[in-house]
Amino acid sequence: MTASGVAAPRRLPGRAVLVGLALLLVTVVVLAVGHGSFRVAPLDVLRILASNAGLDVGSVDPRQVAVLNSIRLPRVLLAVIAGAGLAVAGALMQGLFRNPLADPTLIGVSSGGALAAAFVIVLGATWLPGISKVLGAWTLPLAAFLGALAVTLVVYRIGAAGGFLSLPSVLLAGIALNALAMAGVGLLSYLASDEQLRNLTFWSFGSLGGATWSMLTAVVPLALVAVVAGSLLARPLNALALGETQATHIGVDVLAVKRATIVLTALAVGSLVAAAGVIGFVGLVAPHAIRLACGPDHRIVLPGAALLGAVLLVFADALARTVVAPAELPIGILTATLGGPFFLVLLLRRRGQIGL
Amino acid sequence: MLEARSVTVRIGMRKLLDDVSLQVAAGEIVAVVGENGAGKSTLLKLLAGDRLPAAARVDGSVWIAGRELVAWSLAERARLRAVLPQRPELAFAFTAREVAAFGRYPVSTRWHDRRDREIVDAALALADATQLADREVTTLSGGEQARVHLATAFAQLWEIEHLQPRFLLLDEPTAALDLAHQHALLVTARAFAARRNIGILAILHDLNLAATYADRVVVLHRGRMLAQGAPGDVLQPATIAAGFGVAAQVLRHPLTGGLLIATAAVDPSA
Repeated sequence: MTASGVAAPRRLPGRAVLVGLALLLVTVVVLAVGHGSFRVAPLDVLRILASNAGLDVGSVDPRQVAVLNSIRLPRVLLAVIAGAGLAVAGALMQGLFRNPLADPTLIGVSSGGALAAAFVIVLGATWLPGISKVLGAWTLPLAAFLGALAVTLVVYRIGAAGGFLSLPSVLLAGIALNALAMAGVGLLSYLASDEQLRNLTFWSFGSLGGATWSMLTAVVPLALVAVVAGSLLARPLNALALGETQATHIGVDVLAVKRATIVLTALAVGSLVAAAGVIGFVGLVAPHAIRLACGPDHRIVLPGAALLGAVLLVFADALARTVVAPAELPIGILTATLGGPFFLVLLLRRRGQIGL
Repeated sequence: MLEARSVTVRIGMRKLLDDVSLQVAAGEIVAVVGENGAGKSTLLKLLAGDRLPAAARVDGSVWIAGRELVAWSLAERARLRAVLPQRPELAFAFTAREVAAFGRYPVSTRWHDRRDREIVDAALALADATQLADREVTTLSGGEQARVHLATAFAQLWEIEHLQPRFLLLDEPTAALDLAHQHALLVTARAFAARRNIGILAILHDLNLAATYADRVVVLHRGRMLAQGAPGDVLQPATIAAGFGVAAQVLRHPLTGGLLIATAAVDPSA
């Protein structure tokens, strides 16, 4: 008997790819930390990192230590956590919506976070002074998280009406909410003072330039929770590919998985938008590349996308801060320039399958 | 025992099911037949514990293995029964082996378990899907996909645990299959179920398949139970005429000696 269908293209072994990506990430981080107008050789970077860790590595140049520890390291670490968080958020969202084209920036989740963040920046001091005093550095990430969560919930509700998730409704609802949120940001920037305005522009394009250690202490735990807890959802997300009914038949608590996915996505996107603004397409490109190379198993896709997303963003940021030096390109513009065409190719190739 | 106790499902004024009671014992095959809209799928959804439309009002209860269905957790239900959906979906390009391995979800939590792999391969072989194992399911034909999803259901119920009665619900399992695979599916499912004390409830459109493979046949008509019993008793010309609106004659099958049901459109001039 003959069988139809395409043999699965040769897949790379998932665990080997994960190890390779982890090594690549370490390499890229060391190179990126040393890269810039003030260069530090990779070996010196390693020595300074070792001396930070309390190891005795002989004398290190105090100027290099200062640049690395107060400017480069927080910035590269933010790139790592933002890349990993956005990629995992994208993979989670694609698993939830059962479609490889879902992405937090495309369906308005990032703009929802940006609107909430803008609200806190412009009106926070007058409207909620008490709250900012209690929450301190956490106010912005938490507000952005709530904004992102609200948009995700609304988009999901509209897209999943009647127990069936329709991607066109999801995308259209996302477009509408995106426009609304951006209108809100626009209105707020109209009200904003000059200094607030500079803060706001940074949100719409995305930049890792604001990275500081105190900001990292607020953002890293939130994004890390999303990355780690998200990876625990791998098996149920695999099963969800069967559709909600059949996933329930094999024992998946679909409602709990959906809730967890929505909250974790909003947590990652919200906290990262608060720290770095809207950075698009990492969540689309990284999971897709891993799926192409290793197949759609989320146990590989989630950690793989996290590592690849981190590599991509560290690389993109190194490019963004040197390509037009001494000025700096907003990283969101860079990722959109690279990611937009990628998305269009994806869309053309899959047009038949998504019912558009 | 899998049991529906005087189940009524209403949407507004319309009754999708009207006071239907049904029992499936471990080890037997029950075929549910009836015209379109008779309530077959609603009954199967109810027995599977699926969500009905929000507007639906349900009276009566469903019992499985001695307890009401809702009293079992989702994980426990998944170890008690498997469901082969009418139109299986799949979102990403998983291979047939990966899809069959989904059947191990409620049973196994280990990533690379050798026993799981052996079970998955055996389930694929049983469903005649071994040669599809490394293909992407999204590129397979409808009938091939049905066989892969059957392998998933086999993998789910593979263990023989304490002779606990378990159940396999098949929603039009033969719809996408060629003739040989229609028979193969029912023969295989029957042998699989008999060895493991599994009761099967199958929605079938082909009365001859029902007559050949079912221990009991249930005829639904406009949400009501029209008849149930042994195929020879239920599949009579009068019942078939009432249930399906076709003329029927019951003959002896020249090859098997079993029932052969010949049907024809009712002559409008008669």
